[in-house]
Amino acid sequence: MSGVRLLVGTRKGAFVLTADGARRDWEVSGPHFGGWEIYHINGAPTNPDRLYASQSSGWFGQLIQRSDDGGKTWEPVGNDFTYEGETGDHLWYDGTPRPWEFKRIWHLEPSLDDPDTVYAGAEDAAIFRSNDGGRSWQELPGLRTHDSGSRWQPGAGGLCLHTIIQHPTNRDRMFIAISAAGVFRTDDAGKTWQPTNRGLRSGEIPDQDSEVGHCVHRIAMHPSRPDVLFMQKHWDVMRSDDAGGSWHEVSGDLPTDFGFPIAVHAHEPETIYVVPIKSDSEHYPPEGKLRVYRSRTGGNEWEPLTSGLPQANCYVNVLRDAMAVDTLDPGGIYFGTTGGQVYGSADGGDTWAPVVRDLPPVLSVEAQVLP
Amino acid sequence: MIRVVLPAHLKNLARVGSEVQLEVAGQVTQRAVLDALETRYPMLRGTIRDRQTGQRRAFVRFYACEEDLSNEPPDAPLPERVVAGEEAFLVVGAMAGG
Repeated sequence: MSGVRLLVGTRKGAFVLTADGARRDWEVSGPHFGGWEIYHINGAPTNPDRLYASQSSGWFGQLIQRSDDGGKTWEPVGNDFTYEGETGDHLWYDGTPRPWEFKRIWHLEPSLDDPDTVYAGAEDAAIFRSNDGGRSWQELPGLRTHDSGSRWQPGAGGLCLHTIIQHPTNRDRMFIAISAAGVFRTDDAGKTWQPTNRGLRSGEIPDQDSEVGHCVHRIAMHPSRPDVLFMQKHWDVMRSDDAGGSWHEVSGDLPTDFGFPIAVHAHEPETIYVVPIKSDSEHYPPEGKLRVYRSRTGGNEWEPLTSGLPQANCYVNVLRDAMAVDTLDPGGIYFGTTGGQVYGSADGGDTWAPVVRDLPPVLSVEAQVLP
Repeated sequence: MIRVVLPAHLKNLARVGSEVQLEVAGQVTQRAVLDALETRYPMLRGTIRDRQTGQRRAFVRFYACEEDLSNEPPDAPLPERVVAGEEAFLVVGAMAGG
């Protein structure tokens, strides 16, 4: 029977959670890199035992760890993330210019073709690529040096590049998202980038038609429908049917459309999941009830999923990289909370159970299906 | 032989015990010791000194002989007792954060 491996990054280390295909009984391995912040761990699609982890701390900076045995052993690889050329300025919170400064890697996205090729999303926002298994990193500077770069401004979490989505067949196309600049698309394998934010509406910026400045929290795509993108923005759940050319709101009947993660079911490209959070000033679920909302219609019509989730006195958050789906049948879905719980559902969200309850605050969750 | 003591996280990262012993050619300065340390343990690059600027990271301190040497010029000679191997050069994670 095939199994599932969850790669969980937390404020104080990495955890690897494994189960067989029934997804009822979980084995917890970790903490790996105890005491360090693990923003993200991700596996190579072409070799699930090849993992990359972003390890950082306020004291000792950024490291990248690599595993070739599914997370049993790790090796530190390259951590030289140098911006290409003149770094220039972006806007600081107060609107003054601020030089670009590397802080950490938020997200690692291995290539769909080659386990030695991996992309990294940085704060301050930039995208890097390694072609040698993480030993060396080169910036794709066309993004950061886009004409709008001097107008990018950090969100509350920093000027972070947090989402990297590769087109499943067109190797020249990729999407990235930056808080609080927005979504960018490349059609030439990362040489040049275009903002793709038309239709977003953000009360936090004065010009609603601005090409940048939107606080995009997360975007998601189903590989069978690569022109359809879903977005959890700071406020608003959005959808694009033309590869980011334009966006329209699909928040519909959600109790609140603020939140961080968004995910698409592995086998149903119109089934999407969000976790509504009360507001940007409170950062916890409405009414103390932890509810995942599912739309089977690609947005607008949503249903709360509550079975097995705490429905009283729950005030955790679910961060943008902390939700993932598996590709088993029926499809599984998982998320981690700032309270250290990881919840899983083996039936597409109908029922949930804790996988583990008392980890450090969860920053990221990825799901792998094992042979 | 120069003796260097690392903070716990960096000992784990470099997979070393309580103390590292280094041969340092030429004048024994903060820069020379850290260069030798990073040559022997390349995984420590960027963890003590910033990768881009080469400056000491803000929450890292250097102590020796009961003195805080953190803000000494990197090319200043280290104390004689460190050069003689009688005292260790301490790399310390500052008390900050959570």
